[in-house]
Amino acid sequence: MDTTIANSNFKSEEYFINMGPQHPATHGVLRLLLTIDGEIIKKVEPDLGYIHRSIEKMCERDSYQQIVHLTDRMDYLSSHINNEAVCLTVENALQLEIPDRVKVIRTIIGELTRIASHTLWWGVMGMDVGALTTYFYGFRDREMINDIFEETCGARLTMNYNIPGGLMFDIHPNFVKRTKEFIAHFKTKLPEYDTLLTGNVIFQKRMKGVGVLTKEDAISFGASGPVGRGSGYSCDVRKYHPYSALDKVTFNEALKTEGDSFARYQVRIQEMWESMSIIEQLIDNIPEGDVQVATNAVIKLPKGEFYQKVETARGELGVYINSTGTKNPYRVKFRSPGFSNLSLLNHIAVGGKIGDLVASMATLDLVIPDIDR
Amino acid sequence: MSYFGDIYKGIKTLLTGMSVTGKYFLTSRKGAITQQYPDNKETLKMFERFRGEVVMPHDENNEHRCTGCQKCELACPNGSIEIIWDRQIDPESGKKKKMIDKHIYHLGMCTMCGLCIEACPTDAIVWAQNFENSVYDRSYLTKVLNQPNSKLKAGVED
Repeated sequence: MDTTIANSNFKSEEYFINMGPQHPATHGVLRLLLTIDGEIIKKVEPDLGYIHRSIEKMCERDSYQQIVHLTDRMDYLSSHINNEAVCLTVENALQLEIPDRVKVIRTIIGELTRIASHTLWWGVMGMDVGALTTYFYGFRDREMINDIFEETCGARLTMNYNIPGGLMFDIHPNFVKRTKEFIAHFKTKLPEYDTLLTGNVIFQKRMKGVGVLTKEDAISFGASGPVGRGSGYSCDVRKYHPYSALDKVTFNEALKTEGDSFARYQVRIQEMWESMSIIEQLIDNIPEGDVQVATNAVIKLPKGEFYQKVETARGELGVYINSTGTKNPYRVKFRSPGFSNLSLLNHIAVGGKIGDLVASMATLDLVIPDIDR
Repeated sequence: MSYFGDIYKGIKTLLTGMSVTGKYFLTSRKGAITQQYPDNKETLKMFERFRGEVVMPHDENNEHRCTGCQKCELACPNGSIEIIWDRQIDPESGKKKKMIDKHIYHLGMCTMCGLCIEACPTDAIVWAQNFENSVYDRSYLTKVLNQPNSKLKAGVED
């Protein structure tokens, strides 16, 4: 009799659980509403807005020089590339001829930023799936790049080194030497990343076949950067729409076709090798010349719409400026890579376990201020 | 069989990874990037371009280089700089000239973007490398950069 009573009362039902906004595995204030059945995920709803600062609206208030420093605060791990995107948009609108020296320096620092971002990602991703050691190793190598930035730009994270028309000041005399030291150092350390984590069977079982994204879905969700390239979608802006000095260098686009978390992992590791190769091609022959083109103290863009896209460490960042010919933009829109990459999280996480969601999220490499802006 | 094979492979790859950590365990102080911060205050030197806070250097005669042109105030994205000025009689030429009364800097609002220092035509304000900015009340973060009774250095024109 007991068993029949138990059976009649036993029913399973779906329930909600909050992941975030302060969950350690969400890398910031992202709140996920999970509908779960036992441990199986039925639905993932991201709830945004916890760190919204209305950067796009603030841009309408600011002059074109002042916009640049706001973009530091979007994707703070690739702040230099964000700055570059705004500067390129303004420079293209003004049809300024930028000196080669500026282009080369911007590209070198941009690739250093990419390596710094990927080393941090590697560290925290290992931590997410349970390998705390990677965190310290990632930060150890990132520290050297931060020192280079601090010496040349004056800041470690929010650099604001670009201005419309060039760079704020010339590179530090130690810049070339330190960058070469870093490349030599990192070439011995990056194989250690593989020994430590990539070859580990436990890690591979957490990653392989988890969060699979097909190429068609990657394109239709607007995935870009390593997330799109892990699914075989060749989308490197540096390759297809080269900006700054990227048309002068040769590099391979890291591409994997599996579409799972491990493919995205391998793409990022490969990208670090490619970034090092780009820096090596440029570091020895930085052209001499000015680092600034004289612009008016008050920059006024011609009337019209201007768009420029760049490849940040997370994917394609687009800057759209609508100008009415005054000193402030009429409308600024940022197409941020994190937002599109977050939109596919529900698609790849449904049907998996909660632990798999953490692994997929780690390889999406979300930066929440970039999503909320 | 594959179950035990997996266990064997798991342990093997784990030991491969631990060979790296073991190497650093034995040579941990070599190449360490961490610093013993509060203990190394005497020897800690920041990079010369480090953006700590905006200061206005004065020379031994209590003279600064700020002409009160307000370019830094205009360049600042969020109003961290306020300049209170009026026209005073210049002792040299005897004409009325724009002079600063107070150069007010709100460190609590400053985003360290560096646009004010870029905009300054006379190098009156520069970056200081001080980064220990914690105070007990936020009103302490509003600073007057020009010292009391200081005056414009002769010959500085914008």
